[in-house]
Amino acid sequence: MTTASFLEEKQKYTQLDFKSFFAGITSTDVLRVLNTPHLTRMDFLTLLAPAAQKHLEAMARRSREETIKNFGYTMQLFTPMYIADYCDNLCVYCGFNHNNNINRRCLNMEEIKKEAAAISQTGLKNILVLTGESKKYSPVNYILSAVKVLREYFDSVSIEVYSFSLEDYIRAVKAGVDGMTMFQECYNKDIYKTLHPGGPKANYEYRLDAPERACKAGMRNVNVGALLGLNEWREEAFFTGVHADYLQHKYKEVEIAISTPRIRPCSAGYAPKSIVNDIDLVQYITALRIFMPRAGITLSTREKPDMRNHLVKIGITKISGGVTVAVGGHTKGDDGGQFEISDQRSIGQMAQMLYNEGYQPVYKDWQTLI
Amino acid sequence: MIKSNTNDNLQINGKILKSRFFIGTGKFSNNRNMPDVIHAANASVVTVALRRANQGSHEENILDYIPDDVILMPNTSGARTADEAIRIAHLSKAMGCGSWIKIEVISDNRYLLPDNMETLKASETLVKEGFTVLPYISPDLMTAKRLCDTGVAAVMPFAAPIGSNRGLRTKELVQILIDEIDLPVVVDAGIGKPSEAAECMEMGAAAVLVNTAVATAKDPLKMAQAFSKAVDAGRTAYLAGIGRVLGTISASASSPLTGFLHKEEA
Repeated sequence: MTTASFLEEKQKYTQLDFKSFFAGITSTDVLRVLNTPHLTRMDFLTLLAPAAQKHLEAMARRSREETIKNFGYTMQLFTPMYIADYCDNLCVYCGFNHNNNINRRCLNMEEIKKEAAAISQTGLKNILVLTGESKKYSPVNYILSAVKVLREYFDSVSIEVYSFSLEDYIRAVKAGVDGMTMFQECYNKDIYKTLHPGGPKANYEYRLDAPERACKAGMRNVNVGALLGLNEWREEAFFTGVHADYLQHKYKEVEIAISTPRIRPCSAGYAPKSIVNDIDLVQYITALRIFMPRAGITLSTREKPDMRNHLVKIGITKISGGVTVAVGGHTKGDDGGQFEISDQRSIGQMAQMLYNEGYQPVYKDWQTLI
Repeated sequence: MIKSNTNDNLQINGKILKSRFFIGTGKFSNNRNMPDVIHAANASVVTVALRRANQGSHEENILDYIPDDVILMPNTSGARTADEAIRIAHLSKAMGCGSWIKIEVISDNRYLLPDNMETLKASETLVKEGFTVLPYISPDLMTAKRLCDTGVAAVMPFAAPIGSNRGLRTKELVQILIDEIDLPVVVDAGIGKPSEAAECMEMGAAAVLVNTAVATAKDPLKMAQAFSKAVDAGRTAYLAGIGRVLGTISASASSPLTGFLHKEEA
């Protein structure tokens, strides 16, 4: 029985004691799950257990098989485009934090055109637009005006901005927005409150419900994720998977994807609560893929080149290139931004890497129909 | 001397096809390899997701790798409704991709099962507009009959979910379509091995469409050849007439229930 909201769905797990559950998981349990064709949520949690790390190679093998079966030897390329970094939020881990003294910018339509023209030279036909959260400097109308400009250069436009109301998501879809990304950042409400002490983002429930509002509005692609490192990663990984599963089950017409970002250093100087090492990240990605064979999995430039090259082969379906996390960074040169990136490779270099690894880079995967 | 009839070309909307093997293109590791694979497959029809057609790009455009000697059949992958499928078909025509179109309407991203009702709606419209329509469907007799009434060129039921390589899981339902529909039945999706393609053809399917099984094989070129041969073999077997399989009833030597009919009267 589908619940009315993800918040209600999540409450089913209020009594779940992660520590006790993981303590009870043995190698036998992991192997049983690895030989199960369709995983339950608790099977997914079993693959997130410390005991599953002994079977990482087997997990990677199955993850690879599932990915190839469902997506073939193809990999979508994308790049983010920051158009504004004014922000009313006080997120303690973010370089855009309102109290952080940085040189803020908000591109006008002419600057957005230049930025779009520069990015389109790479051959990319899709774009992800990002802003900080400022109703004053980057209101919904501003974002939708930017979308209109970007549609002249790209076949598909997605947004990674603040939480919209249902009405505004409907407007966005009508304006030609195909996809949205919304990181809950942290699914643990108590920790969330300490990480987001002020600004609109402090409203945990409103943000949690945003992906569902986007689905209801008719968005084609919805991407969710937790920022690993803000809380114990296994708990966050589990709820990310449950969130994606809930949406995929309830909104079958929507392509659901998951991002797996690990926290990176930024000008806010936040120290991660928990360290998520490479083994942990591989465990998370492979567990996700085995649990949700049809979901997209997105990898950002927060990861180092060598790590990204390997992850291409074991579960991800979408990878960024030519990244700058600074406003106007594609034309004005990079001068800092939301966080530090770890992979400076251009779209062309990423495409070459994909060919070398036996994958076809996909520059275009959709054409907006309005 | 017994001679078999060699004139067994499949015709779709008046077009004579050189083979009964159709191939998909969405999962190959390098578009540059596709022409060789398509030729190794001796494929007559090649389907391409229009969502990935990237015309005017100095980068990858999948359409650049489709040989001229095959029929291009763009598909409406990504369409969630009839309306979206119709729009994609119009885009396809505007791009100069011809009038063949594979209708693929999927509003289920969990299993990728086709939406037969929306497929029927899209087919009705596009047939009227002059497209050669080949709809991808869940194998359902009533849907197939209604599609035939709209004037589609063939029906394409799935063997198993897309990309699953699980083989002919819908055998009985596909057989019903083959037996009851007066149009070519092209088995599309789920076929994982050449032997399964041969099985479809032995049953009387007009053609088979494969992508994942070829694209994800260790040697796609060899696998394409294997499929091509299997499709031919299966078709030849169908034409030859499969020999009678003796079951328990046929094999029974005595007739205890009707034996009394042959008893001499006392």
